[in-house]
Amino acid sequence: MRDKGLIFTGLVLFLVLITFPVWYDLAAGTTSKGPDPKLPTAEKDCVAPLEYMRTSHMDLLLSWRDQVVRQDRLTYKAFDGKTYDMRLTGTCLKCHTNKEEFCDRCHTYVGVAPYCWECHIDPALAQRSRG
Amino acid sequence: MNALLSLIVVLVLGALAYVGGSVEGLRTLFGVIIPYAAILTFLVGVAYRVVRWALSPVPFRITTTCGQQKSLPWIKAGYLESPSTTLGVSLRMALEVLLFRSLFRNTKAELRSGPQLVYGENKYLWLAALAFHWSFLIIFLRHLRFFMQPVPAFVNLLSGVDGFFQIGAPVLYITDIVILVALAYLLWRRFRDPQVRYISLFTDYFALFLLIGLAGSGVLMRYFFRPDIVAIKELALGLVTFTPAVPVQVGGLFFVHLFLLSLLIAYFPFSKLMHFAGVFLSPTRNLANNNRAKRHVNPWDYPVKVHTYAEWEEEFHDKIKAAGLPMEKE
Repeated sequence: MRDKGLIFTGLVLFLVLITFPVWYDLAAGTTSKGPDPKLPTAEKDCVAPLEYMRTSHMDLLLSWRDQVVRQDRLTYKAFDGKTYDMRLTGTCLKCHTNKEEFCDRCHTYVGVAPYCWECHIDPALAQRSRG
Repeated sequence: MNALLSLIVVLVLGALAYVGGSVEGLRTLFGVIIPYAAILTFLVGVAYRVVRWALSPVPFRITTTCGQQKSLPWIKAGYLESPSTTLGVSLRMALEVLLFRSLFRNTKAELRSGPQLVYGENKYLWLAALAFHWSFLIIFLRHLRFFMQPVPAFVNLLSGVDGFFQIGAPVLYITDIVILVALAYLLWRRFRDPQVRYISLFTDYFALFLLIGLAGSGVLMRYFFRPDIVAIKELALGLVTFTPAVPVQVGGLFFVHLFLLSLLIAYFPFSKLMHFAGVFLSPTRNLANNNRAKRHVNPWDYPVKVHTYAEWEEEFHDKIKAAGLPMEKE
């Protein structure tokens, strides 16, 4: 007994499934263009260098949270000597005013769902719901 | 010796990728050409091997059974252990492919003082294999977030479930821990038992070290030395949409990860890793045991010229009769 039909069907199915991202991106018209987050224009300096913020801002935010919530330390001395309040909404979102165009662009792009927003609120969203 | 040699080979290859990723002229080689070549090797190689398997004749039912064959109605048959129907075979295959049922039967033999040979069950191999394979599948599916844009909902859901405990940021994935522990056990298993160590080949260790290197570099990148993940997705999307480019922000450890992955998938068709396809094509598992219920004739039988007794009796009819011997006819 030969099950050629069944085996070849399985093989074709496997080849289609394993190359699924190719078909998916083709159908969605995806290009290799990046997420292009909207950077603030008014302020030039951040609380840490660009390279660090790009890859490890979550470390900083977590350490801020721990210091504020658990150790009652409220100000952060940045790498360039400036001091900042350790606040997500008050400090970060003061310059990066638009969560949707800054935070969400990259996070959605790479499929990350940070749990900041389970406690913090996006001021723009609050504004909108106030009406 | 095999273990040491394969460890050295994997380390050298990893170092090669690390250096290659930092040399301007080699970035395209490691970031584009090798991954494409590896994927092509994988697709063509896997298809070739499956087609070869499909073409090999399996004229008879050679099922390995672990239960009573279906026969008389008052004899209880093992419908899963010795399946006689396609449904039974499908269920048996599903249990084998999804839950590694045959590994569950793994036993160990121990020589105790006495001397006394003691047999017992040994489920650790099954458990570690299950943990490794399922983690690997989940990690593989999670990685689709780099290859698909927009990220499909099921990938985000999977990442969410995997990072359920929300430990740290980026959140700790349970599968990252599970796969490393499982791989460590699978490696230790080969070292621990002298008999297993004796039959372990270079290729056994090579596959393991390759996987450990792959998972290890991934874990290092996620939790310790973070690369620019957006740039990595741009690279991945470039490969998938056939507009390859290596962004300048990509480097170092990522090239190790990518190169080890390329090696792994290119290695698939040439190695025992082909069991991912072979498990479906094992004639000892995927056939119904209906040898008694149905007659299976080998369609490749050479048409041998036979001379039956009836024909023989016909031919020598007169002589047999003259000798007074009994005949079947008459």
